[in-house]
Amino acid sequence: MENKRKYVIPGDVITTGPYRPEQNVILDGNKIISTTIGISEIFDDSIKVIPLTGKYIPKIDDLVIGKVISHTSLSWELDINSCYVGFLPAQDVFGRDFSAHADELTSKLKSGDLVAARIANFDRTRDPLVTIADRDLGKIDSGELVKISPSKVPRLIGKRGSMIQMIEIATGAAVTIGQNGWIVISAETPEGLLKAKKAIQMVDEKAHVANLTDQVKEMLESKGES
Amino acid sequence: MGGRDTTLVLLDENGIRCDGRKVDEPRRIMIKAGGLKNADGSAYIEFGDNKILVGVFGPRDVHPKHMSNTDTGILRVRYHMEPFSVTERKNPAPSRREIEISKVIKEALEPAVMLEKFPRTAVDVFIEVLQADGGTRCAALSAASVALADAGIPMRDMVAACAAGKAADTIILDVNNEEDQAGQADMPIGYMPSLEKITLLQLDGILSPAEYKKCVETGIHGCKIVYELQKKALTDKYFGNGEK
Repeated sequence: MENKRKYVIPGDVITTGPYRPEQNVILDGNKIISTTIGISEIFDDSIKVIPLTGKYIPKIDDLVIGKVISHTSLSWELDINSCYVGFLPAQDVFGRDFSAHADELTSKLKSGDLVAARIANFDRTRDPLVTIADRDLGKIDSGELVKISPSKVPRLIGKRGSMIQMIEIATGAAVTIGQNGWIVISAETPEGLLKAKKAIQMVDEKAHVANLTDQVKEMLESKGES
Repeated sequence: MGGRDTTLVLLDENGIRCDGRKVDEPRRIMIKAGGLKNADGSAYIEFGDNKILVGVFGPRDVHPKHMSNTDTGILRVRYHMEPFSVTERKNPAPSRREIEISKVIKEALEPAVMLEKFPRTAVDVFIEVLQADGGTRCAALSAASVALADAGIPMRDMVAACAAGKAADTIILDVNNEEDQAGQADMPIGYMPSLEKITLLQLDGILSPAEYKKCVETGIHGCKIVYELQKKALTDKYFGNGEK
């Protein structure tokens, strides 16, 4: 079969034959069946479906934006827009000499704070472990939070970051994209912020449209003139 | 509608049923995916005079915690009829019948939904029957499956459902309220069209082995009609104004 993209819904037989099933497909006999609504892609010998809907499922090494929900004396819990809560141990923030008696967790992160974090570890048995001990990670002090569907994050980033680069250049805003669909925009001018926000929401609404990059570009430029 | 009509002719000499349908003709079916903003997935179905709204949440945290399963996710279904869904006010508290239908629909969806991908979580399906006219469990199951797909929950296949039955000694497709009350048998069927598997089969009434076989075949034929409409509903929502 030719390397063709197809719209599929759960139960659709994408193709038959010796292909390797990847994301969101199952093998039934020699039939390859989609398990979600999305766009199927065939590469050489493997098949995957890019989902158009669904919740965020944590993956190791993903950058996510989380919101502190609560803390115990040893760790914080982050809402990462998933069915699981992110677990951020205190050692990660205070360093190895962290002491539950001496250090007060709320001095670093309070409930409601936004954090850029990375998924350090995740398996089926435990909640995802996140870390903020890395460059560009940690508490987010300024910017505006925009929420989009997590399944549309790859579309917002575009091929090799083309879409997001275009938005950043056109609006002068710095955009931090969490794989969980939460995005923080910080810009020097309020106009740039609004424009970037509008562009991101446009991607969210029209993610399945083919020439979306051109449409977003048009929108960004037209607003610039008025 | 409603109330028993003793002079009702279920099938006339031309093979036309009491509501003007042919023997193998389903009622008018309309399915819409989405529509509820706050639910993760939703669907609305009109199946003849049945009007049903379904909302899906999840996968999400399980409350109460002791219900969660460390090996797999759990599916919870609530089927509920509005007080105004039938001619005489229905008490909104869950009745014996509603609890049974909730269980039956849950078990009909479980083979399709890949819950093992989300251990320690729950998927909640809320079914609200706004107007009932016979065959609500089939309509509700069809809509629930669309809502689950809309929520992006991985599924092996869609579940389509349709009833078949026997009235005036003839096997008929899609039994309506009158035929259910006055007819001889009613058989709701849930079916996964791509995997060709039955997930729900109930039978109320008496059929001979030959009739039973024909009834199942008729029901599956109905499920395939419903499946096409489910497909259309999802395609319209997700690829409606897409080019490719």
